Amino acid sequence: MTNDAEPRPSPPAELVVEGIDKWFRTNRATTHALDDVSFRVAGGEFVCLVGPSGCGKSTLLDIIAGLTTADAGRVMADGQPVQGPGRHRLVMFQESALFPWHNVFGNVMFGLRRKPELTNAQRRAIAEYYLTLVGLEKYKKAYVHELSGGMKQRVALARSLAPDPRVLLMDEPLSALDAITREQLCYDIQDIWRRRRKTIVLVTHDVREAVCLADRVFLMSPGPGRIREEFRIPLPRDVNSPELAHIAQRIMAALKGYLADTHEAAE
Amino acid sequence: MRRALVAAAFLLALLGLWQMAALSGRWSPVLLPPPTMVGHYLLDAWRDGSLVEAIEVTLRRLLIGYAIGVAIGLPLGLLTSTSDFFEDTIGALALGLQTLPSVCWVPLALLWFGQTETAMLFVVVMGTVWSVVLATDAGARTIPPIYARAARTMGSEGFDKWTRVILPASLPFVVSGMKQGWAFAWRSLMAAEIFVTILTGFGLGHLLQYGRELSAMDQVIGVMVVIVVIGLIADKILFSPWEKFLHRRWGTGLK
Repeated sequence: MTNDAEPRPSPPAELVVEGIDKWFRTNRATTHALDDVSFRVAGGEFVCLVGPSGCGKSTLLDIIAGLTTADAGRVMADGQPVQGPGRHRLVMFQESALFPWHNVFGNVMFGLRRKPELTNAQRRAIAEYYLTLVGLEKYKKAYVHELSGGMKQRVALARSLAPDPRVLLMDEPLSALDAITREQLCYDIQDIWRRRRKTIVLVTHDVREAVCLADRVFLMSPGPGRIREEFRIPLPRDVNSPELAHIAQRIMAALKGYLADTHEAAE
Repeated sequence: MRRALVAAAFLLALLGLWQMAALSGRWSPVLLPPPTMVGHYLLDAWRDGSLVEAIEVTLRRLLIGYAIGVAIGLPLGLLTSTSDFFEDTIGALALGLQTLPSVCWVPLALLWFGQTETAMLFVVVMGTVWSVVLATDAGARTIPPIYARAARTMGSEGFDKWTRVILPASLPFVVSGMKQGWAFAWRSLMAAEIFVTILTGFGLGHLLQYGRELSAMDQVIGVMVVIVVIGLIADKILFSPWEKFLHRRWGTGLK
């Protein structure tokens, strides 16, 4: 690929999450979803939130995205408080949130069309660039239902990268894929991250996925959702090294410990 | 091509059976005219202009009434799907009035507007609007919320979100709602035209009714055939392209 076609990325943003509290109230029950969650992500850092279902990790991602408001605490992106969804923090969702009424190219163009500072020619060039980056330049006229699960998530990745966000939030982007596709997309995300340097927060329940992708892994536990431990992944990383497998084992063990605690507390 | 031939052969076979039944002499030709007689009537009525005029009058009423019904029903349906207030007021009203056969509006329309085109349009609009409201409402409710969430993070809010995300996402339901609205509009207009005579124009319904009064069964059946053919053509022109478009994009209904 030629380098002059490559759009210059905006600098990645620093994220600060401070004392986030979230309650869900329904007529029947009140759930404490997040309890005093705080962490800091440096600009260009790749962070994973790992935890079992119900630990509030997706809610936390929604709050960072500005799609949900917290009951207490705040999120700062580069010193600015997050008050609603914004183009600088794009989300790549769990199930594919691609629009069936657009083809692949139209989906990637969606966010670009909402950037008034770009000309149409620039938008098209950027969309082409990102489709090539995820290896789908041949499928730009295809419709969403014609793609495999892995291809859909690649389009979703291109769509969330194209408007050049400074933070990329990923909500279990690989959980619906089969093992081989997941492994491949894992490498691709790593590769793209190395080239495009975004601040990334990825939510997953897959410990191996977390240690293969992130610089740091935060372990969360449910009832109420809290961050329990932080694991730093030694870099440069070799996904097949025993060291990485060892860290994954430690995370799993810690996770089981917290789950056992929660069950005891519930009884 | 093969399927078109099968359909044509089926139709010809039906006509053949009908012709044989009529020629067998068991039934009076006044009650069961052979298809050739019906054909004669259609040809004559076409030549003297009475059929063309009736088609024009009916289609004008239908298209105007239907367009008004959709223009009112579509935004109302989107409103009722998003706000509790509109759901409890307009939504409830739509649900109630949709159960009312639209021919029941005819007496009221005559008292309010007299024997005028407005009365006809009113009946067609009433027949269309509620089913469009309900179908659009149901469509907008089944849109996966993830579409709106993704759109919001990409900078699509307010009017842009409604026209570029919610409306296209509910398109499959909107189209089936419009199709249902069309069927209701067609039925209500025919009922109204048979029911009352409007001096400003004689539609297909009137022609059908005169056929009965004159005991001209060839005219009655001829007009019925015309009504069926218009319905089929409308379906092919108005809705088939939309449905093909949706099937292609959504990947539904593919064989």
